[in-house]
Amino acid sequence: MNPNPFYDPSLKYRHRSANLFKWFTRGSILFTLAFLLFFLFDMARTAYPALWQTYVKVDVSYNDKSARMTARAVSKKYRKIVSRAWLRTIPKQLEEYPELLGTTVKQWVLADDQVDQYLKEHHHNLKQKTISVVEELKIRNEIELQWNAVFFFRGDSKIPEYAGILSALVGSVLTLLVTMFIAFPVGVMTAVYLEEFSRDNWLTRLIEVNINNLAAIPSILFGLLGLAVFINLFGLPRSSPLVGGLTLALMTLPIIIVSSRAALRSVPDSIRQAGYGLGLTRVQIVQGHVLPIAFPGILTGSIIGLAHAMGETAPLIIIGMIAFIPDSPTTITDAATVLPAQIFTWAGMPERAYVEKTAAGIMVILLILFCLNAVAIYLRKKYEIKW
Amino acid sequence: MKLNGKPDSDIKIKANGLNLWYGENHAIQDINMAIHKNKITALIGPSGCGKSTFLRCINRMNDLIDQVRIKGEIQVEGKNVYDNDVDVVAVRKRIGMVFQQPNPFPKSIYDNITYAPLKHRLVKKGYQCDELVESSLTAAGLWLEVKDKLHSPGTALSGGQQQRLCIARAIAVKPDAILMDEPTSALDPISTEKIESLMMELKKDYTIVTVTHNMQQAHRTADYTAYFHLGKLVEFNETDALFSNPKHALTDSYIKGRFG
Repeated sequence: MNPNPFYDPSLKYRHRSANLFKWFTRGSILFTLAFLLFFLFDMARTAYPALWQTYVKVDVSYNDKSARMTARAVSKKYRKIVSRAWLRTIPKQLEEYPELLGTTVKQWVLADDQVDQYLKEHHHNLKQKTISVVEELKIRNEIELQWNAVFFFRGDSKIPEYAGILSALVGSVLTLLVTMFIAFPVGVMTAVYLEEFSRDNWLTRLIEVNINNLAAIPSILFGLLGLAVFINLFGLPRSSPLVGGLTLALMTLPIIIVSSRAALRSVPDSIRQAGYGLGLTRVQIVQGHVLPIAFPGILTGSIIGLAHAMGETAPLIIIGMIAFIPDSPTTITDAATVLPAQIFTWAGMPERAYVEKTAAGIMVILLILFCLNAVAIYLRKKYEIKW
Repeated sequence: MKLNGKPDSDIKIKANGLNLWYGENHAIQDINMAIHKNKITALIGPSGCGKSTFLRCINRMNDLIDQVRIKGEIQVEGKNVYDNDVDVVAVRKRIGMVFQQPNPFPKSIYDNITYAPLKHRLVKKGYQCDELVESSLTAAGLWLEVKDKLHSPGTALSGGQQQRLCIARAIAVKPDAILMDEPTSALDPISTEKIESLMMELKKDYTIVTVTHNMQQAHRTADYTAYFHLGKLVEFNETDALFSNPKHALTDSYIKGRFG
């Protein structure tokens, strides 16, 4: 038998170390994935009960007495079971529908958070007497979990069953609108200037270094800056989406500038040369050829910057956007809070009912970030120029 | 400066004592040269000899590079393009350029042609543009190949077609002269042949200055050839004379392929 001419004793060892390396990289990604999945699964599991809320079917009597002392609207037996917050809406209901006065209506009514927790088999502090009433209702099918519209269509509340995410959501949207409105044009124009128009000298290099450093500054410092400049110096209203948006714009600017510059730099220089060769001006080349090619990259970078701003909490706490905001802001100068700040507030609440709301808030914010990223990918694909 | 006794009126572009520095590097040294109207002038020489740099001086493309210093004159029809009252944009409009790598804009064939003429207000949108697109593409010998796909991207064409599109784009601006910086070095022989015959066709209407590494190409196409070496113009003559009877030893070595 001929000896194998390809025999090389060192190969065995080389293959083994190559395999080891490959498995190490695979292990890392599995580790990351496992973490991510565990986090998502645990969040979803905790958040799921928040989608449902306990309602009870009780007689509600609308009369002068119950309008003044709302607890009297239901019989004493059910007072611990019905939500106090719901009962407080009785005067308002009477204002809207005066024909209700003097009637007694049997209807589904929001239940107290402790009853809700009891029904969801979480920790609760109901007394034995109340539990027996709940059990009684259960047998008559007059207590059940319904879709929790309150969570999505109401603002924050100190009464857990009445707390919702809407005001924070609106606050976030207003804040981010201000941020985008400022940061996108300013950031893109800065990038265009630095990349296309400025000459390379010590001043532009200084600006460049500073912009890159700005991206690495702890975000809370931007909050202090916003407090000092926008609130104390300019006297803009505290806790408002205007100030929050401006502060986040400062924070997002370096991200947008850096990513826009990268997008502009990836435009081949031959395109600019072609433009110059045809006698186009610099502005015509930038507007007509360079920006359209760089646009998808600029857009993606900006949306990622926006997503970054969306999850930012620390600077907004400094400028007072952590306030208790039960009603949704309608203008950018109203007091408002944002999603991550709302989550932070709920996470610090002692009532057990807020735990599921915290998780649900996190799911909402994750969903929005997911959508933003999907939009970024879509826009990138849509405006991508095929070569 | 007169060359071979031809009158000055035949001269389109004239370099007078042109010097160029990249920082400390004296890349072009005291070039005097006259380029004739409706002729093809080829610039040859080894890499780094300054032939491309000289070409880019003619339409002031070197202005775009930081730390470039230029002394001397480039006269186009008697006017120095480096004079203070000359707008660089107007210079580049009247002296078109075709580059080594085909560089169509990532837009449709139609838009590639019409973009600059529209910006220069040479034409209006509509039938004037349509006519310009047809005449430019016909002049560049591309019309028959692309007339059914004018609105597909110019970047989807083959390399040779892209280069002819770039030539069509350059002549759509109605320049006086066209500068070509190694226009065929990225192309295959068949595309090269097409570009060469196109150049022969175009010299009826335009003055062409071309840089090439391909000596056969210079020999085949050019009326005049200039040999550059280390930033100096070594020899400049009618092509046949330069190739058959080089006066300078460096030229002789180069065209015989002793170095390159």
